[in-house]
Amino acid sequence: MANKIDRVPVREQDPKVRATNFEEVCYGYNAEEAMLEASRCLNCKNPRCVASCPVGIKIPNFIAEVFKGDFNKAFEIISEDSSLPAICGRVCPQETQCEGSCILGVKGQPVSIGKLERFVADHHRENSDGQKPVESPQSNGHKVAVIGSGPSGLACASDLAKMGYSVTIFESLHKAGGVLTYGIPEFRLPKKKVVEKELQSLFDLGVKIETNVFVGLTVTIDDLLNKEGFKAVFVGTGAGLPLFLNIPGENLNGVFSANEYLTRNNLMQAFDQKSDTPIFHAKRVCVVGGGNVAMDAARTALRLGADVTIIYRRSEKELPARAEEVHHAKEEGVKFQLLTNPTKVIGDENGWVKGVECIRMELGEPDESGRRSPQPVAGSEFVIDTDALIVALGTKINRLIADTTPNLETDKKGRLVTSGETATSRAGVFAGGDVVTGAATVILAMGEGRRAAKAIDRYIKERY
Amino acid sequence: MYKILKKEQLTPLIFSMVVEAPRIARSAKPGQFLIVRTGDMGERVPLTICDFDREKGTVRIVIQIAGVSSNKICSLNEGDSLTDITGPLGKPSDFMEFTPDKIKSLRYLFVAGGVGAAPVYPQAKYLHSLGAKVDVIIGARNKDLIIMEEEMRKVCTNLFICTDDGSKGEKGNVTVLMERLYAQGNKYDMCVAIGPMIMMKFATLMAKKCNLPIIVSLNTLMVDGTGMCGACRVSVGGKTMFACVDGPEFNGYDVDFDEALRRQTLYRKEEQQADAEAGLDFLVRK
Repeated sequence: MANKIDRVPVREQDPKVRATNFEEVCYGYNAEEAMLEASRCLNCKNPRCVASCPVGIKIPNFIAEVFKGDFNKAFEIISEDSSLPAICGRVCPQETQCEGSCILGVKGQPVSIGKLERFVADHHRENSDGQKPVESPQSNGHKVAVIGSGPSGLACASDLAKMGYSVTIFESLHKAGGVLTYGIPEFRLPKKKVVEKELQSLFDLGVKIETNVFVGLTVTIDDLLNKEGFKAVFVGTGAGLPLFLNIPGENLNGVFSANEYLTRNNLMQAFDQKSDTPIFHAKRVCVVGGGNVAMDAARTALRLGADVTIIYRRSEKELPARAEEVHHAKEEGVKFQLLTNPTKVIGDENGWVKGVECIRMELGEPDESGRRSPQPVAGSEFVIDTDALIVALGTKINRLIADTTPNLETDKKGRLVTSGETATSRAGVFAGGDVVTGAATVILAMGEGRRAAKAIDRYIKERY
Repeated sequence: MYKILKKEQLTPLIFSMVVEAPRIARSAKPGQFLIVRTGDMGERVPLTICDFDREKGTVRIVIQIAGVSSNKICSLNEGDSLTDITGPLGKPSDFMEFTPDKIKSLRYLFVAGGVGAAPVYPQAKYLHSLGAKVDVIIGARNKDLIIMEEEMRKVCTNLFICTDDGSKGEKGNVTVLMERLYAQGNKYDMCVAIGPMIMMKFATLMAKKCNLPIIVSLNTLMVDGTGMCGACRVSVGGKTMFACVDGPEFNGYDVDFDEALRRQTLYRKEEQQADAEAGLDFLVRK
């Protein structure tokens, strides 16, 4: 190990080609490339990468196995801490987590940990097809309900099933996966090849799913606990409600939340001619926001044939999106209007978007988040001509669960309040992921789901 | 899968289906709606709930062929299944929180436009069963679009029917009847109008003229119906609301109908093209 070579580049679809299709951008490493990249790891005694992984994957250990070519062993090591490695390898913000703290990154490029994780997970999946799934564990007879089939719910369900619980996931949409299905596009996270396979491995463990159940309206948490025999409930319902800008013209025809745009395209497959769900085809599209969702919306619009501009109020350095997504968006031809903020959506005489008035911003003093807060530059208003505006400014919590579950404590933002290990104010009700933290990442939600599984196990063992 | 137990053709374009959906049947309340999807590439179609049977675990939906997706649903037969039904969605009608004593003292006027008779039915039925006085107006373009007349008659005090072309009931639209009932000295505690957006707009203008409070049930565009996408946003009292989770029922006086009408046309071009490809271009879209 400690091979002093440059980082092994990963193969990707040509930007010009991929800007016109929804196939996955990154091809990932093959075995040879992965082993070569693994040879760069220093196998640090005090691995900083592990400390900055939200779920504490034993990174140097699995990389050592990749180096040796024992990919199954590598998969086992990752699986001790992560239940969705093929997904996290693709969507984690590695540059601020594991790779961001890799010692090699101080002078050169960090080990490509995300790509190695992805390789190990993909290799396992591609080579375990047709094999008998892991034997279902001995049932302990206790039923647990998991609300929401996004990252936190999936992780929680998976761990509980392995402990012998009989787990039922309730999902409000017609398809499982939460944000992995409706939010993150195919070109970044393939649905059939990756998401559905990860879901299948969960069902192979005996986890059941009921789709089309909107907990709070179709059935309440109290019904689940008192009438349906669930001993505990995990709430992993995420932060689903889109935020808008609150500027004039926001309800003009042609203004969409990124959630709507992405849901139409990903969940409803509107990009496919065979889909019955329409999507708005615009020549010019502006996307407001600088996070991963903004990049996803922009790159989706681009693939649907639009000329796309991202409007972001801070500078490039502050863009909250993964560096790789920003890089890919640029390569594909997405334009950026940085230090710019929309002030008004302009409509034509029939109420359809024809432009967005913006103002230039400059960075002032750092705010509470430590980022320099943007201030408008007086008199710098200008108009960007556009046919559509997609708003990707984040999401907030749907209060339905809190409103329909007596004595479930929330904070001012509607987030469920938990104490200790993911326990809410109601006995038997646990929560994790975005519904507790506010909008965050797949890996954090997954980590929370796993913590909740442990807490639920303790709770049930103490009582029954 | 959700099995269709009974299918009836009410008019050339309107069908009624009783569908197996035990969870929804158990929890549905008047005022709420559901979302139906059929086929792998099917659209999520918001539909009103016409009736439910908690014991049998069934819900009844009434659906008019208005485009490709509704046509696909209507072409299914007894014994077939709908791929997905989600619900009940949205908030129940306000009166679901009233005490029976209060309801007994109330007089309601329901104004149903065309297929809007379907969601009016469970509301009228509930109020009528608790002793409220309920008058219902059903209006449509012509007699082929008037539905549920006999059933409605059983759950109200007075039923009035009108058609634009006079082919059934009185000639004229629902606002003419509203105005006449008012002129005759009828006093109502509340009017509830459900039907095409344009009808609800004019019913609201008439209600204002008659000094009558009015609730409308908004049939906006929707995708998920759970508050996630915001396609259904509508200005109510100057504030942006989501029809799916904040509604679908709102105070008619506060609704910006012109914006709501405009927002309904967002995918008109795509819809017309899809209609034409499916041989449905005889359907009139405003």
